[in-house]
Amino acid sequence: MSMQVIKGISACPGVVSGKAFIFAQPEIVINEENIETSDVEREIQLFIDGRAQAKLQLEKIQAITLKNIGPNEAAIFEGHLEILLDEGVEDEIRTLIKDELMYADKAAYLVGEQYREMFATMEDAYMRERSADMKDIFRRLLANILGIHIPQLSEIEEPSVVIAFDLTPSDTAQMDKQKVLGFVTAEGGATSHVAIMSRTLVIPAIVGAKGVLNLVQDGQEIILDAIAGDIIVDPDKEQEKIYKAKLEAHQKEVARLASLKELPAVTKDGVHMDLCANVGTDIGAKPALDQGAKGVGLYRSEFLYMDRSNWPSEEEQTIAYSNVVRAFDGDLVIIRTLDIGGDKSLDYFAFPHEENPFLGWRALRVCLDKVDIFKTQLRSILRSSASGKAGIMYPMVISVEEVIKANEILEECKKELTAEGIAFDPNIQKGVMIETPAAAMMANELADIVDFFSYGTNDLTQYTLAVDRGNSHIEKLYDSFHPAVLRLMAQATAAANAKGVWVGVCGELGGNHLATLFLMGIGIKELSMSAISIPKVKEIVRATTMTEAKEIAQKVLTIGSGAEIKKFLTESVEKVLNR
Amino acid sequence: MKCIEITIKNETGLHTRPGNELVKFVKSLEGTTVEIEKGDKKIRAASLLQIMSLGVKKGDTIKIHIDGKDEDGAAKKFEEFFASLKD
Repeated sequence: MSMQVIKGISACPGVVSGKAFIFAQPEIVINEENIETSDVEREIQLFIDGRAQAKLQLEKIQAITLKNIGPNEAAIFEGHLEILLDEGVEDEIRTLIKDELMYADKAAYLVGEQYREMFATMEDAYMRERSADMKDIFRRLLANILGIHIPQLSEIEEPSVVIAFDLTPSDTAQMDKQKVLGFVTAEGGATSHVAIMSRTLVIPAIVGAKGVLNLVQDGQEIILDAIAGDIIVDPDKEQEKIYKAKLEAHQKEVARLASLKELPAVTKDGVHMDLCANVGTDIGAKPALDQGAKGVGLYRSEFLYMDRSNWPSEEEQTIAYSNVVRAFDGDLVIIRTLDIGGDKSLDYFAFPHEENPFLGWRALRVCLDKVDIFKTQLRSILRSSASGKAGIMYPMVISVEEVIKANEILEECKKELTAEGIAFDPNIQKGVMIETPAAAMMANELADIVDFFSYGTNDLTQYTLAVDRGNSHIEKLYDSFHPAVLRLMAQATAAANAKGVWVGVCGELGGNHLATLFLMGIGIKELSMSAISIPKVKEIVRATTMTEAKEIAQKVLTIGSGAEIKKFLTESVEKVLNR
Repeated sequence: MKCIEITIKNETGLHTRPGNELVKFVKSLEGTTVEIEKGDKKIRAASLLQIMSLGVKKGDTIKIHIDGKDEDGAAKKFEEFFASLKD
């Protein structure tokens, strides 16, 4: 086969080459014919042996989950094991083999389907969702009866590029990070789980590579150019040479930027900037520190709540927050309170159907209605503040009243902890994530009741421009450099700074090196971003002066078009870096 | 044969984890057969799938049929088990 190039979207830049590890579900074909009476014992034995194999596999997954994630997630597999070994299931399968003369795989398939359908039609939403578990468990049993191999990410022997249709958090929890050179998924966009995780762990990744599973074979040599978003299958000599050069240039650039790690983010005229990382879970702390992050500007706590079967407990949350707070050793770690609803749902909590979920019941709005859930989280964050320096950030604010209410609940939690004799930092900083035009316009009043602001520029852009950021028809209208967005930020920042409230950016714009000079110039103190963007932004901070950044920002505020602003900022960055 | 009635008090009812604990508990009662009845359905308590198929929620009342050597002792243990069930 000759060389082929498959296109996708780069989720985390980098260039790697290596063997493909195809992570796909095998096709299972059931034996529909009948067996002879003399075959009954053999088929029953096949069932018993297949079940024993499936049991071993599940136990292994359970052990890895316990090690990589935690005891609560591992306990889910205990339930799976019990279902696999269920006495009722065993009797029903034996009966079908013996009385109906079915092959073991068909008998297991029918019994599994019967339970799956039964659960799928139950009243309780939790039970309905368990029908997906039934499917998984019986699929594993069937595959083992038929001797079909089910691939696991834990089986990767030599360093490989993982290729999958899509990957869930429970898939990626199984893998040994040392053995994954890169990721390719056929599905997913820049905000999918794989995309976020790859940026957190700094592993090159391409998402949305349609058709990749049809074109790449397991074990085939491929080049992953996650700068351009290309997957090159069976590269010819010439291509290999081109990519070798590209890989070397990339490694040189990475090494050059890595040399900035220990250097401070300080301008030539001596102004310090706080360059921090956005993290999703506690595994993100180390890669962030490796890139030289001086704190966490956004800890997306919602990942703790997702992909599980029940609300996380106060203990679990305290551990997850404390792990990061402790890792940053006195540098501020800002934990955003639960940001759920909109495009993010939970398996164990039914959100009402909404015509406009992004304008609906989400984030702080949910928390202020579900005070018990909110309090559990606030108590956990407070408890984590005993391990270092933690901060609390409220998302999706539109009014002063909401923040007063949230602050009251926070004070209540502090009182409870004090009464219970549990340690926390009484001066913990609290802030508002500015992501609605309403919050930006109320900056003057909000500044009286919090310690900091941080712009969530993705939502701020979406709400200011009335452009859905997930709608591909209006993709071109979504522009964080639109003058309306930048002017709103400049005004709100000035209002906050006048009251001594510091301001940061934790949305995409914070890690976009084109925006750095402007943001510094309007008075932003902290920029928080994907760990991988820190060195590039630091390079710009170190190459400029605050006087220059202010001049650039003033000029930007006079330009009336997003395209022209980007052009001007591109030229400014080039000038700053190449003098 | 002894029959007792239990009202479920834990938050999630007999979901996977509490259901699994119940199965383990039932299997620990040697020489005893246990069946659970809810509404018009009666199932064997040693099967987690069958327990889950009852869809037992908080506030539901179930009947437990105990058949074996020490039925009174087992009944007492069942009451203790459900009283201590969490989650």
